[in-house]
Amino acid sequence: MSTLQNRIQATFDRLKATQRKALIPFITAGDPTLDMTVPLMHALVEAGADVIELGVPFSDPMADGPTIQRASERALKNGMTLRGVLAMVAAFRQQDAVTPVVLMGYGNPIEALGWETFAARCAAVGVDGVLTVDFPPEESHVAFEYLQRYDIAPIFLIAPTTTEARIAQVARLARGYVYYVSLKGVTGSGNLDVDSIAAKMPQLRQFLNLPIGVGFGIRDAETARQVAQVSDAVVIGSRIVQEIESSAPDRLLDNVQNFVAGVRAALDRKERL
Amino acid sequence: MQSYNQPDATGHFGPYGGIYMAETLIPAVEELRQQYERFRDDPDFKAEFAHELKHYVGRPSPIYHAKRLSDSLGGAQIYLKREDLNHTGAHKINNAIGQALLAKRMGKRRVIAETGAGMHGVATATVAARFGMECIVYMGADDIQRQAPNVFRMKLLGATVVPVESGSRTLKDACNEAIRDWVTHVESTFYIFGTAAGPHPYPMMVRDFQCVIGNEAKVQMPEMIGRQPDAVSACVGGGSNAIGLFHPYIEVEGVKIIGVEAGGYGLATGKHAAPLTGDAKVGVLHGNKVYLMQDENGQIIETHSISAGLDYPGVGPEHCLLKDMGRAEYVAATDEEALAAFDALCRFEGIIPALESSHALAHAIKIAPEMGRDKVLLVNLSGRGDKDMNTVARIKGITL
Ligand SMILES: Cc1ncc(COP(=O)(O)O)c(C=O)c1O
Repeated sequence: MSTLQNRIQATFDRLKATQRKALIPFITAGDPTLDMTVPLMHALVEAGADVIELGVPFSDPMADGPTIQRASERALKNGMTLRGVLAMVAAFRQQDAVTPVVLMGYGNPIEALGWETFAARCAAVGVDGVLTVDFPPEESHVAFEYLQRYDIAPIFLIAPTTTEARIAQVARLARGYVYYVSLKGVTGSGNLDVDSIAAKMPQLRQFLNLPIGVGFGIRDAETARQVAQVSDAVVIGSRIVQEIESSAPDRLLDNVQNFVAGVRAALDRKERL
Repeated sequence: MQSYNQPDATGHFGPYGGIYMAETLIPAVEELRQQYERFRDDPDFKAEFAHELKHYVGRPSPIYHAKRLSDSLGGAQIYLKREDLNHTGAHKINNAIGQALLAKRMGKRRVIAETGAGMHGVATATVAARFGMECIVYMGADDIQRQAPNVFRMKLLGATVVPVESGSRTLKDACNEAIRDWVTHVESTFYIFGTAAGPHPYPMMVRDFQCVIGNEAKVQMPEMIGRQPDAVSACVGGGSNAIGLFHPYIEVEGVKIIGVEAGGYGLATGKHAAPLTGDAKVGVLHGNKVYLMQDENGQIIETHSISAGLDYPGVGPEHCLLKDMGRAEYVAATDEEALAAFDALCRFEGIIPALESSHALAHAIKIAPEMGRDKVLLVNLSGRGDKDMNTVARIKGITL
């Protein structure tokens, strides 16, 4: 494996050595403006993010709740495109060569660009992983071939409804980390249940040799801390996008940074619950 | 000719179809596939389906020779497969009953649906009432406006109609919202999908339920005219009424197959809903890979059609394959042509067609004069036009 892809692995290795858990914030590229995305990415890192999930907006975000739907609509209205997102990652990499960036979105914009071109561009600009929500392993042969060729980690979702046979299938294909969707629902839904997540982990670990991130429904630092105690990483999306949506432009970076720093502090607090 | 047997075991029609869904729903579509495979050849299931179609829907639907219309055109004889005479007024009920019977066997008491014209929503609300199920129908806010009578029908039948304000506020957005509901209530809920598209097994299952149209026609036409028609034709939104008529004819030599898409303001304007005729790029939406109207960045573009039921950027995967194979021909009829056909059927035959079906009629009216009087064109009259009174009145400048 080349050193490039290992940004994700290096990050998780480093965290493991210091017994810390990964904090993975999600933002939608191009929201609230095209100019804000790269500064937001740097602000997230400064506040303690370990990996950045950068959402590629799509016109029909079927797996997303209202908050991320609105973010996608704003971004598209701003003229955000997949090529534009890749250019943003290139700009981010001029100042940050270590923080892994994972693109998250739906398959059609990638299909339109072509998987080969896309994977090559990802490698060139410094994207480390790709999560395509509506491409399950069954439909990912072409995607997988090109991502592998260019050493980009395919990140897959596992849900509470995923069967053991499918977990095993994901285990064969996935690299980087695996994203466990903590509830049945769209992004931004409430009522996440930490106990049921904890109960699911042994089964996942039995098949998966990769770090396990948990997301969907994490809305505050304390819940993040509880989830982190049973997993390797927490992913926070809608709550951060909501902060972006509700902040005045001049307060935006500070507000997002304060929220993320609060989660970071909760994750790093020494005493156990 | 190699025998036609689609889709393959993984739900692909050549390069099209598949199961492009988020992980949370994959086990649900897999369960559906298994249950459907289990019941599709089950004698009890087939008997109950046939019984419902006969006694509740009123099948078989007749075929009618539109003689005055044909005479006025001076060419081919136009015959109509009268799906408009079905209970609830369109072909949609065939599929809704099939899926409701499956839901019943799977122990699901809550059904959801998306709807554009409202015919599938009405059909789903109807079968939900018939079988005592809770029913939620998602409908684009714009479509709620243009198909108001159907919204009231659904409510009378006890369904909850949820307006969808996101995106283009039409059928595709209603689909998105229904999928979001399904992912949230995946264990209790059966998604009664309204057309022959979506993730496997829907394109196959909806086709199978709708094939009653073509299977009946194959028996009825020889009874009426001593042979099969020279061509069969239907409008294509997602493609369910069309594939129901076409599929039984795929291996019948000498029968031309013509699908008619919504040409909107004209293909050249870009404001249409004709992914097959307009040579849209192949893409992925709502669980399947199909010809899909999109911009150069892979974002789905807003479509336009006068008929809500055809106003959709994609099309079912089997039609994509039939186009590539050259077995079916796909053409488009504009809003204007559909309206002229609507008027013609009213005046010549005393039948008020749905605006969707009027597209298929429009093409028949276009090509009939170029064909000999001994030729026979079978057009699927997929639904009746009662729901379109407001739309047509508005266009004619009349307030009801
Ligand atoms: C009467 C009628 N015909 C046709 C359609 C188009 O659907 P499909 O292409 O699945 O037959 C609709 C959809 O609402 C309809 O109501």
